[in-house]
Amino acid sequence: MASRKDAVVAEIEKKITKAFEVFDRESNKTVDVREIGCIIRSLGCFPNEAEVQELLDQVNIEVEDPSGFVHLDKFLPVMTKVLLDERFQPIPEDVLLHAFESLKGYLLRQNVILCCFSGEPFTQEEMEDMLNVAVDPETNILHYRDYLPKLVID
Amino acid sequence: HGCSCCSLQNQSFFQAAILIQKWYRFTMARLEMRRRYSLSIFQSIEYADEQDQLQLSNFFTFMLDHCTHPDSGKDKNKSNVEILFEKPDVRKIDVPDSYYGPRLSFPLTAEDANALLHAFRNEQLLHARYVLQLLSETRRVLKEMPNITHLSTSYSKEITVCGDLHGNLDDLLLIFYKNGLPSEQNRYVFNGDFVDRGKNSMEILIILFAFLLIYPNDLHLNRGNHEDYIMNLRYGFTKEVSKKYKDHWKQILCLLRDVFSWLPLATIIDSKVLILHGGISDTTDLDFLNALERNKVRDRTDHTAVKTQHNPPSGSAEPSGSNSPPDPALEEWKQILDILWSDPRSQNGCTPNKCRGGGCYFGPDVTAKLFARYNLKMLIRSHEFKPEGYEISHDGKVITIFSASNYYEEGSNRGAYIKLNPELTPRFVQYQVSKFTRRKNLRERVGTIESAALKSLREKIYAHRSELTSAFAQYDTNGTGRISVNDWAEAMESVLQLELPWRMLRPQLVQMNPDGEVDFMSCFYDLKMGQPTKEAQPALAETLCRYRKDLEIIFNIIDKDHSGLISFEEFSQTWRLFTSHLGIEVEDDSIDKLVLSIDYNKDGHIDFNEFLEAFHVVHRLEKKPGSSQCC
Repeated sequence: MASRKDAVVAEIEKKITKAFEVFDRESNKTVDVREIGCIIRSLGCFPNEAEVQELLDQVNIEVEDPSGFVHLDKFLPVMTKVLLDERFQPIPEDVLLHAFESLKGYLLRQNVILCCFSGEPFTQEEMEDMLNVAVDPETNILHYRDYLPKLVID
Repeated sequence: HGCSCCSLQNQSFFQAAILIQKWYRFTMARLEMRRRYSLSIFQSIEYADEQDQLQLSNFFTFMLDHCTHPDSGKDKNKSNVEILFEKPDVRKIDVPDSYYGPRLSFPLTAEDANALLHAFRNEQLLHARYVLQLLSETRRVLKEMPNITHLSTSYSKEITVCGDLHGNLDDLLLIFYKNGLPSEQNRYVFNGDFVDRGKNSMEILIILFAFLLIYPNDLHLNRGNHEDYIMNLRYGFTKEVSKKYKDHWKQILCLLRDVFSWLPLATIIDSKVLILHGGISDTTDLDFLNALERNKVRDRTDHTAVKTQHNPPSGSAEPSGSNSPPDPALEEWKQILDILWSDPRSQNGCTPNKCRGGGCYFGPDVTAKLFARYNLKMLIRSHEFKPEGYEISHDGKVITIFSASNYYEEGSNRGAYIKLNPELTPRFVQYQVSKFTRRKNLRERVGTIESAALKSLREKIYAHRSELTSAFAQYDTNGTGRISVNDWAEAMESVLQLELPWRMLRPQLVQMNPDGEVDFMSCFYDLKMGQPTKEAQPALAETLCRYRKDLEIIFNIIDKDHSGLISFEEFSQTWRLFTSHLGIEVEDDSIDKLVLSIDYNKDGHIDFNEFLEAFHVVHRLEKKPGSSQCC
């Protein structure tokens, strides 16, 4: 029914707006473009970096704002559609486990670093943090079974 | 090279890598969200408290000015306030031989400063006699200074500018360690808010004042909005002094009230860099500010216009339109309020600062206009918490510098200071005090901040239990005990008056059933009062809970002989005045009944600390200190 769908859309829009507001430091409906990935993910989506950029391109479709800020009015319709279409769903844990297992179940520190620079490379800070948390300092090995709960817990 | 990945096909390796990175980034984003909303909680509660404070400040002032003590001790002709603010006669204060702390001799020298630093590092207290002498001397020196100090970089290398310290002694010591002690070759400007919140406000003042006396041309202090005795009553400084100096705290505070009012308002370097605590407004007039009598404005409420109004006038609005000629005292008060309380914003214009209840929000156009008028290049201000210790705004023209690291909680933020060279290019130095030798990782740090923030929030929720329950009930038309998330969020926001991401916080605050409805009473399950009380009137218990800290201060003011006891009559009278000032309706004898039911009477007197302790909110699931926290 139309009204039920409207209610769902309204609730989604509210959810997005509130998440947006957490990053809206001056309460003027804009956020720094670099925070958009964070906002999308905190709404429960699992995009990779390329997909985040794709969404941003949709938001900034009229290239008129070089200031590096994204306005809520432009972000809202794009993000609402993402949530309605249920895009970028979380990857199930067992798939993640399989990913680790395909790397022979453990990763040596140097392989972790290699991994960090593959795919969509981590920044220096991301890599250091991952190494700090994930790699056992004594054995220099990432035991994925220990690390997995830390990735998955919320 | 023997690594396992070489034997894999590149394709599956990359796929696995991307998958792991996706998860990792997702986890990091969630952490960042938790960090943000935790800081948001802290800041919202802080600003909301500041608003409440204004209402209460009228009450405090009223009480201090008018209440009479039933048995005023020696001199029955003196009112309570006169006894309270008697000028201290320092000669009568003996320093016992058993005192091993610093013994100051005036005029102070660098040795005295070192002795003080050494003593405070070892958690010793400076004896009250020396505190009072130091404050007297400081007042004498400050009185000679103009409202706006002019400095020049021509003969020194760099000038260091520090922001809010808020009683964090560790930060001050760290700054001195990294940057050297103040001296003729090492000049400092401290930009206000030395006190409140942290636990060493007194020590920070003593150190700063000592260096001020030793190097009056090289250490400069600007007044902050917390150098105000009304703020101190609420934000911890008054309590700190009363605990550290049981016999002389009132005299110390009285003298401090005066010293604060003599602190200069601003500093200008090379006629180009303006340094002041809060900000500016579209009516800020530096010449006017330089000429006024700054000591006449002792605290935020120090103007009759405020005392006679219920609602405080906002920053740049005129008080209720009258045709009477402009009141010069009002203009002075407003100009000072603006520079101590205003915050920069990115939108143009100048609007009243509703968040703070004083000063205004000023945009880049206001800054540009002021700069053009006075030929300035930069504005350095403090007053606002910044996660990185500093922030640059208005296109590089305005710098916020905040020097209290871990302000809200261990790990919440860094502190910073500015080094200004003769070219007036700023260089920032950041730091963060850490109690732990092993650096906590991000997950642990966020966990710590988040649990502290949520704890504060839950206490606020509990203190508004009655109001919240009736707000929820209005949405719950069928009496099921459950309402939608949307309704729950609206109720929370309207009662608590805090703009927070309630939907994000929901899982931490309240339970939800599988149908997606909120079981609204579940947010009170894990909270209770310190002592089980026969709560005849829950609303009364909540009021006591909400204002517990303020009541503690009030009772301490009344308690002349520092016995911790006040008479039943005083207690009742104070309570009646308090509730009537706040406009809270309570039954006439409700407080009497409550006191009797708790049975804290001791010969017609009440141990008020014990009484108030009963209204301390306890979290049922709180782990005892010493056990490990889950994050």
